[in-house]
Parts: sequence; structure tokens; C-alpha cells
Amino acid sequence: MLIFEQSRAGRRSAAQAPAGGHGVAAIPARDLRLTPPLLPQVSELDAVRHYTRLSQRNFSIDTHFYPLGSCTMKYNPRGANAAAMLPQFLSRHPAAPDNTGQGFLACLFELQEMLKDITGMAAVSLAPMAGAQGEFAGIAMIRAYHDARRDAARTEILVPDAAHGTNPASAIMCGYRVREVATDDDGNVDVAALAAAVGPQTAGLMLTNPSTLGVFERHIVDIERIVHGAGGLLYYDGANLNAILGKAKPGDMGFDAIHINLHKTFSTPHGGGGPGAGPVGVSERLRQYLPLPVVAQDNAEYRLLAEQDCPLSIGRLAAHLGNAGVLLRAYAYARMLGDTGMRRVADFAALNANYLMAELRKAGFELAYPQRRASHEFIVTLQRLKERTGVTAMDFAKRLLDKGFHAPTTYFPLLVPECLLIEPTETESKQTLDAFVAAMKTILDEARATPELVKSAPHELPLRRLDEVRAARQLDLAWQPAGAADQIR
Amino acid sequence: MAFIPHTDADIREMLAAIGVADIASLFDEIPRQLRNDALTQVPPPESEMAVLRLMRERAERDGSFLNFIGAGAYEHHIPAAVWQIATRGEFYSAYTPYQAEASQGTLQTLYEYQTMMASLTGLAISNASLYDGASALAEAVLMAVRLHKGARRVLLPQSLHPRWRSVVKTMVHNQGIELVAVDFDQQTGQTALAGLPADTDGFAALVIPQPNFFGVLEPVDELTDWAHERGMLVIAAPNPTALAVLRPPGQWGRDGADIAAGEGQPLGIPLAGGGPYLGFMTCRAGHVRQMPGRIVGRTLDAAGQPGYTLTLQAREQHIRRSKATSNICTNQGLAATAAAIHMALLGPEGLAQVARSSHANALRLREAFAGIAGVSLPFSGSIFHEFVIQVQTPVAPMLQALQAEGILGGYSLVDDYKAPRQSLLVCATETKTAADIERYAETLTRIVDRGVRPVTSAIKPT
Repeated sequence: MLIFEQSRAGRRSAAQAPAGGHGVAAIPARDLRLTPPLLPQVSELDAVRHYTRLSQRNFSIDTHFYPLGSCTMKYNPRGANAAAMLPQFLSRHPAAPDNTGQGFLACLFELQEMLKDITGMAAVSLAPMAGAQGEFAGIAMIRAYHDARRDAARTEILVPDAAHGTNPASAIMCGYRVREVATDDDGNVDVAALAAAVGPQTAGLMLTNPSTLGVFERHIVDIERIVHGAGGLLYYDGANLNAILGKAKPGDMGFDAIHINLHKTFSTPHGGGGPGAGPVGVSERLRQYLPLPVVAQDNAEYRLLAEQDCPLSIGRLAAHLGNAGVLLRAYAYARMLGDTGMRRVADFAALNANYLMAELRKAGFELAYPQRRASHEFIVTLQRLKERTGVTAMDFAKRLLDKGFHAPTTYFPLLVPECLLIEPTETESKQTLDAFVAAMKTILDEARATPELVKSAPHELPLRRLDEVRAARQLDLAWQPAGAADQIR
Repeated sequence: MAFIPHTDADIREMLAAIGVADIASLFDEIPRQLRNDALTQVPPPESEMAVLRLMRERAERDGSFLNFIGAGAYEHHIPAAVWQIATRGEFYSAYTPYQAEASQGTLQTLYEYQTMMASLTGLAISNASLYDGASALAEAVLMAVRLHKGARRVLLPQSLHPRWRSVVKTMVHNQGIELVAVDFDQQTGQTALAGLPADTDGFAALVIPQPNFFGVLEPVDELTDWAHERGMLVIAAPNPTALAVLRPPGQWGRDGADIAAGEGQPLGIPLAGGGPYLGFMTCRAGHVRQMPGRIVGRTLDAAGQPGYTLTLQAREQHIRRSKATSNICTNQGLAATAAAIHMALLGPEGLAQVARSSHANALRLREAFAGIAGVSLPFSGSIFHEFVIQVQTPVAPMLQALQAEGILGGYSLVDDYKAPRQSLLVCATETKTAADIERYAETLTRIVDRGVRPVTSAIKPT
């Protein structure tokens, strides 16, 4: 039941209404609202019970294993949340002077320094509020670089066909055209195709490494030479940084700009779709274009750099300081891991992924790249199963929900038909992985014996499979009481 | 090993199953010359206790102040239940609800959020959030240009938050969209109708803040009708608290605004040094296919039960790639969840009471300032909960003197506006008591009386 359907005229949470201010005499009548907004009229208990019950209709990391490829759904430490929710941090106004927030800024500055070191970049800005905004910032900096050199011929960004959808979309937002580069049979960028694609029109290449196919890009040295040789710059999509944390650095690979998804590698919560944070790092030649603000340390005092300090910056991406609370969580996590913990992240992410890959192969699943090591993730393809039984990757995913596991990423990357992109992360135990393998094997048996059971999943959740086609055709995007349609445009 | 559960026995068995001798072998596809495990700027690991102690000490050293700064981020009471529920693991650690059947809690909450935001702004459709107010406005500008087809100029009033103008510029200028400023009336503080361009060829939209950055209510009906008569779209940028008592954008002028975009932080999101906040966007029904960001729809399951799912995903980057309406992927889902809980706890009357109480406190503060020699009110326009004061001495040392007394006195307009000179934006919400207001006025009186010498003493937190 919706909260609106529990509403009763005149009911309210009186404890939440402030005293005083009974009129709005100083506001002209013509500016006043005539009908109240459609907010529920419920008691505090009604609201608390409603949203607590709704929360129980979710899968989450705290309740379920989430082998969701490309999303790095590792445990979100509660201690990091407690640190970010310290009362003085929560009550800090974003426009309060820097000298009232030296402790707060110290955390952000130290995070900035750690991210520089981890990625091997020359400078970092914490401003972008998500990975996609980091991509936007990175490509905007690449454009600022070419523009400053009056190199107006560079109008094209190259993107591998396996890339995240955000890559081409970000390039378009920066005014570029997008050209796709093919992938070879081993899951690497097709180097010959890349060499043929670059030229004086190339502004840059966006690359995820390890790639979205779950393998390390073995031709990275050649790719760097080809793109830089043509005068283009290299952008690193940090979605899979967890796989190489403390093992290798994008800066050493020759990347000029990168973003880091703190809600992946640095374990800040996904929150049902955000907020995330997507700090950007740059090589020396892009330093002056970093988005604002950047935290600086002068004479042991921290301050936020602004336009007058960085006249060539691409500008601001947020009204204030980006997703500061997410940054504090990432800082607390990084301090708990420390240098030794940081190196073990990639070790155990890779151990879990390669173990799960080996066990699923033994259980009869077909791997997309059996000849390769898994990075921190790998791909199973159900193409042959679909041909034989009609069971699709989507059906398989829904049946996994019945077994108490969140589904892997399905139908991405687009290159591999009927794919499941599986990323266990380092925080899951062998016992959880074994239980997942057992569930996968059971479903495989079901798909062969009783395919209808899998095709009509889920069966054990509060709802059966939802009709997405109906949702898109008969749009119902906001609840309306009977007879209220004419009130809203 | 922090958060890694493996025992030595697990590791041995797993390596055997993979068929490698050690973990290092799993990285043998990385070219040797690129392997680098040096971490010189990452300190050794610390326990949760040690990290919490370090951060608590830093937070306590920062202290807290009696705050009268608004300027786009507003201090409101947040019911205790809001974040206790929002940080339940089931909301906090859930992924984007792509698997609808396993995400009904988040999806229904976002559907309720969309309903509340649509009604609050008087428009038909809301998305499930964008990043913050400034970037949401930038997305609204891009959306208006897509809808208008052809025209690539957008009118951005000077009475809009200067940082928002700067974010919009960063996000749209590479697409060849031209932003044209509109002056404000120096008497009223409102966008000047006389400042609107005579030749409106090539303009796709007009942005109208309500209230504007100076806290002043804009002539929204005249501005809306002016833009519509010239074939432009109207993008409203309203404060959501104010909309509990102010006429919503969907009812501005004869036809209503086309899009509303702004900052949802006042709806239960803590100030938190600047984020994470909540960008909201609503629009007319007919514009939904050009809307950026995730949208939740109600549908039926295979057994005919109502349920919720992400919908119209063909607009989004993971489906449409380079043809998407935006590159946005991750949004501010948890902040939208908190906002829904916040609005449910307040209800229409509670939110209106917050708005009225904030308005009354701002008027009370303005009245208290009226008696201070050397403090004047440059603008005559009606205000909501924020207003500009002008002082005869430099603003910066005055703010420092207030800070030394534990008061954050407001947002200096000196860097952003040439006129009015030496002015300051001051805000009072429902969180301020009569004693707080009196303390500010009394302290300011003392500072003005003694001629505002720059203060060098240490900061005194309250």
C-alpha cells in the first residue's frame, strides 16, 4: 500500500512541526499556494512503519550476496558511516569559512593525496559527484587541452565497443563525436583496428582496464603508443580499479585523465542508486584544468582553491563541494585498510573471481573467455542453454533471486550474447561462493529438466516478474487521487 | 585483514581449485613493467576505533556555530527517523533497482518521492533524482534545448545563484549553447522585466529562480508569460520548502512552467559540508521522453499484482549510449529516499509550518537589523526566508568578528556582485529561536558600534 493510501485528512506528526509563524503576511496573496501539495497526512508511527516495511522489500549487501559485475558490491563498513555522520560534519555549512573546517578539509586533503598515490596521477580533484560526472570532467579537460593548443581538428573520441554506456554519452556531452573500436577474440582492444581509427581527428580514447569483459587489457602498452602517437589523450574509466588496487597504476600505463568510483573501489554505499562520488586524477599536462574546488595545503592550513587560484579550470560541477559525505566515508575506509589492506583488496578480489570462475566451469557453465585469467570479474554466456532450453540470461537471473542471491549483471557487455557478468568482490567468504555455485548448478539442472520453472521465475519473492513493457506503454509515474488530474499539468 | 574473511585453509583450497601456486600468479597477464605495489602516501591500517577517534577529534576541533548562512543550502530540522530509516542496511547498501522484483522497497519509495515532488512543483512528472540543484538546472537547460529544437540560447538571470550559473556554464558550453544574462532591478532585487532582450530570436528557454538568490520573490507570472509569448520554454528553479506556501511552477502565468529543477537538500538532507545533496527535476507530461535520469513507474506483475520498476530506460546511457538524454548513471537515490521519508513525516501542514516559521524568523531578523545604524536593506522585494543587508564597512572583517563570537553571519556577496556594494546574504530558518536572533542582532550592533576592527583572536565554537 502506498503512503498516500494511508493518509487521513487532519492526521499529522505534531512533534515535527516547529512552533511559531502562523501567517505569511509579508508574502503577496498572488504568490501564495491555493491548494496544498499532495503529501501524506500520517502519524510519525505510520511513516516509520511504512518505510521500515518497505526497506524489508529490498535485497541489499547487508542481507544478500550481490555478484554484480562492474559494480563492486563489497561490504560497506558501518564504521565509515559513523565517521561521516559525526554531528559537526553533518552540521557544517558548505559556505562556512575554511578556517572553521580544518579537520573536515584535512580528511579530504589526505584522501586526495592517497588517491594520487594509488592511481599514480599528478593531481586529483574530488569534485565530481559520480563516475559519469568524473568522465564528463575528464573529457572536458581533454577538450580544454586541445582547445588551448588551438588544435580544433580533434573532434572524435574513441570508445571500445565493450565500454560502459556512460563513455559515449559523456563524450557527446563534451561536444565530441564517438567512434567505436572493435574487440579481438581474446577480449582485448583490436590493436590493428585502433591503429586504423586514430588520426588528426582523434581527441582521445576512453578505456576501462581491466576491461568490462573481465580481463586485463594486454595490449595497453601498444594502445598508449598508438593514441599518444596520434596526438590523442588517454582516459581511464576507473570502474574496475578494484581489480588492480595496489598492483598497478593507471598513471604508469600512460593515462592522462581518470575517474575513480568511490562507491565501488572505496566501498561507499550504493544507496539504491546513489549518491556516489567520482574523483578525477590527471597527468601533469592536464593539472591546470582540474574541476573546482580542489583542496590545497598552504603552511599547514587547508583551503579550497577557487577560480582565482585556477583560472584555466574547466569550472564547477556542483554548487558546493561535491558529495562530501561520500568522500568522508571513503577516507575512513581507506584509513582502515591502510597500505597493506589496500594491496590485499585486489589479491582477494582476484582470488574470489578466479575461484568462482573455476567452480562454475566445473559445474557446466560456459565461459566467454576461458583462455583468460579473470580480473575481479568474469563472464558466463548462456547462449547455448538458451538455444537448447529457451531459458535466457534474464530468466536465470530472476531464478537466482528465488535462491536468495542477487542476480549478476545481465546483457552487459553487449558483445557477449546472454551474458552474466559476475563479480564476487573480496569481502565474500569461500562458503558464500560455494553456496552461490550450488544455486547456479541447481538452476542449470532446472533449466534442462523444467525450463518453464526458470522462465517464469521469480516464484519466492513478494511479487512475480514485473511487466516492464506495460510500465513503459501505460505510464504511471506518480500516484493521483481520484479527480485530482486537473490540478496538475 | 580488514573486511577480508579468508582463512589460510580457504586460500589453499581456492588456489588448488584454480590450479595456481599463489595469488600473485593471478596477475600474470599484467605486463611486468607495469606492476607497481608502492604506496607511499597511504598510512598503515588502523582499527575502526582509531579511525573514529581521529575523525571525531577533527570534527570536534571544527566545532559548531550559530549559522545564518543560506545561499542555496539550508539548515532545517530533520526528524530523527529520517536517517535512522534511510541508513538501514536494506536501503543504504542496496544497488540501483535494476532487478525490480528484489528492489520493491527502493522502487516504491522513489515512486512516492516522484509523486510528492510532482505535486510540490505542480507538474505531472518527476524523475528519481539528479546530483544537486546546480547540475539539475544544467540538465534542465540541456533538456529545454533538445525540446525546442533549433534554438541554442538560454536566458539566465543574474539573480540566480552565482555558483549555479557557473555549473550550468561548465556543463553546457561544449555543446555550443549560449547563456545570456538578465539583469536584476537594483531597487527590488527582482529580475528586471526591462532587462529582458527585445530580440528573442534563437532563445530556447528562460530560467526563473523562486525565490531568487537574494531571497526575493520573482514576478513569476509576468516572466513566464513573457517567455511563452516568445516561444521559449520556462525552467523554474524553486526552493522546495517555499513551495509548501508558494504557488507552484506548474501554476505560474497562464500556462505554467515547463520544467522545474532545483536543490532538494532542504527536504531532510543535512548540510554536511556541501553534499551529498539532491537534484530534483519535474516536467510536463509531454516532455517526459526528453527528461534525463532514472524514472520509476507502476506496473503489474505476472499475477496481476501492482509493483514498481524503472521505466523509459531507452532514454538512458546504458541502453542508448551516445544517443542518451544524459550521461547520468548513479544518481542520489538514498537522498531521494530520505526526502520521501522527510516529506511523509512532515505532511503538507508540517512542511507549510516549516516554511511559515522560517519566513517569520527571517522577518524578525530583518526587523532586528532595521534598528542598527549603518545596516540597510538594499532591496524592496518580498522575501521568503533570506534577505540581503548592506553595511557601511567592509563585509569580510565584520564576518570575521561575528565568527569570533560563534556566529556565521551570512554569505558575502562582495566577490559575486559589484552592486549593491558591501552586501551580505542572511538567512533564518525555523531552527532559530528568538534568543538566537536577538544574539545575532546584539552582537552585530556591538561590532558595528566599535567600528569593525579586524579580529585576529582564535575561533570560538559554541
